[in-house]
Amino acid sequence: MVYSVVTRRRRCKEMFDMKIGTKKNMLTFGLVLAIYLVVQLLLNMGILDSYIEINMVIIGINIILAVSLNLITGFTGQFSLGHAAFMSIGAYTSGILTAKLGQPFIVGVIAAALTASMAGVIIGIPTLRLKGDYLAIATLGFGEIVRIIGLNNDYIGGAIGLNDIPQYTNWTWLYFSVVLTIFIISNFIKSYHGRACIAIREDEIAAEAMGVNTAYYKTLAFVIGAFFAGIAGALHANYFYFIKPDSFGFMKSIDILVIVVFGGLGSITGSVVGAVALSILSTLLQGIPELRMVIYAVVLFLIMVYRPQGLMGDRELKLFKKVGVVNGNASSK
Amino acid sequence: MEQVIQQVVNGVSLGSIYALIALGYTMVYGIIKLINFAHGDIYMIGAYVGFALTTFFNFGFFPALIVSMLVTSILGIIIEKVAYKPLRNSTRIAALITAISVSMFLQYGLMYFVTPQTRTYPEVLPNVQLKLFGTNAVIDLKNIYILIVTLVLMVVLQYVIHRTKVGKAMRAVALDGDASQLMGIDINKTISYTFAIGSALAGAAGVLVGVYYNTINPLMGSVPGLKAFIAAVIGGIGIIPGAVFGGFFLGIVETGVSALGGSLYKDAVAFVILILVLLIKPNGLFGSNQKEKV
Repeated sequence: MVYSVVTRRRRCKEMFDMKIGTKKNMLTFGLVLAIYLVVQLLLNMGILDSYIEINMVIIGINIILAVSLNLITGFTGQFSLGHAAFMSIGAYTSGILTAKLGQPFIVGVIAAALTASMAGVIIGIPTLRLKGDYLAIATLGFGEIVRIIGLNNDYIGGAIGLNDIPQYTNWTWLYFSVVLTIFIISNFIKSYHGRACIAIREDEIAAEAMGVNTAYYKTLAFVIGAFFAGIAGALHANYFYFIKPDSFGFMKSIDILVIVVFGGLGSITGSVVGAVALSILSTLLQGIPELRMVIYAVVLFLIMVYRPQGLMGDRELKLFKKVGVVNGNASSK
Repeated sequence: MEQVIQQVVNGVSLGSIYALIALGYTMVYGIIKLINFAHGDIYMIGAYVGFALTTFFNFGFFPALIVSMLVTSILGIIIEKVAYKPLRNSTRIAALITAISVSMFLQYGLMYFVTPQTRTYPEVLPNVQLKLFGTNAVIDLKNIYILIVTLVLMVVLQYVIHRTKVGKAMRAVALDGDASQLMGIDINKTISYTFAIGSALAGAAGVLVGVYYNTINPLMGSVPGLKAFIAAVIGGIGIIPGAVFGGFFLGIVETGVSALGGSLYKDAVAFVILILVLLIKPNGLFGSNQKEKV
């Protein structure tokens, strides 16, 4: 990441001017709130029926998963095939707390995020030695181990799964979790720490030579990513009443990765768009169950051949464009 | 003691299957640095071709084996030409996702035609059981066939790689693609040969597994595919003797774990071994450490 002097000066000025109550921030905040209220109203009036609501929940959960995986894979450049494992740890934590121990949902969500991020430390630290394909395989192995432990643990229902989880997830929980995820991760990316992560993606050795603590930031990316995946897991468990280890297998991790790559590695807007598009595609294809996966495979293949950088590349959609912005975003390889 | 011998016999048979699939993985990774997730599904297709030949055309064991090896090798070449060649210069992640999409396409595409139901292989080998060393440990004729077929294929592979021009080209491309191209080696042809040989080995493994375990289904390829990949990593990916060692090692460990009562955890054990190997010796047990160049 090399910034021209002008950009750097502008950034310094921006940091100096940073206020929460800027016009732009107020506008964004107002928009976020307006969307929430409108959808809530439509749900109350019954215009958006339960079928649409289920799909909104699926899309919302996928957005959280994709944005959090994008932090690990897209921004920090650490190839992870075990993201579903973090989700499953979150889902089971929240499921056990709310269904078996009768705790309120907020306790479930927070505990889910914390246990998942602890798993993020556990997977993050040993994999510091690994890169690229090897890291991918190790995270894949981690995901499978979590799944197999889940299958063989009778307390959480084993292969049959955990039943009768109270349904706490609603539009409010979903929407604000999504907004919080996007808000925190996109701000993280723009911070000093986020730039360190991007530096690791661009060139790990160079970053290390410039004094970036690569071990710390790689683990941090895994921890933050896992934290939000845990929240997504909790939302999933407390919406669908029922979870089983096989729903969080290798294929689920692949699905999340596909959303991230489809949207564009290193683009949060891309992850959101990708999550919406692929969730809708998947829903539409449910009408033809026999050919669903075949078509999905072909679509995936065509995207990879014709647009390997994803829909958005590593660009972001800016709601309020600034004039004359020269962003030195180097293209990722 | 009988138990131990019996488990070793079973482990070697399972290990042969893993080793055959792992060879294809390791060769393909060595040459184009791609984790070919579709490899496990080529093995599955091999099993189905063998099933069709023995059931509907009354082929014997060896003709069925050879024909399905031919079919899978052609399939391997087609997959490489259609799916992987356009992405040869793209990012790792794009290539990996393409491999996964090919894998899904083969699984669910075949499932569309043959339905998801489990099929039973006919008895193509005589059911003869021998007692070993006067104990009660039984060795089936199938075990011997599997081991012999595996060993013969491996010897042939060693011959092809070390004594023929194609093999020399494969080794050269694996070492340095650009340099070998400058030396006049046709890279595309060499990659096609690699895919053909690797897929033929997977196809052979498919027929052997059908004969040995009798049942096949369209999703049978994914788990052995991953296991074979683990085997390849254990031995050091890209290293051919390493893949053979890894395959047998994993097969024996897995049957051992099952015999000790941990059959539910046998897949987890494989992945734990994988992670331990990656952490302690990322280049595999047979691999040499490579210095990172800046």
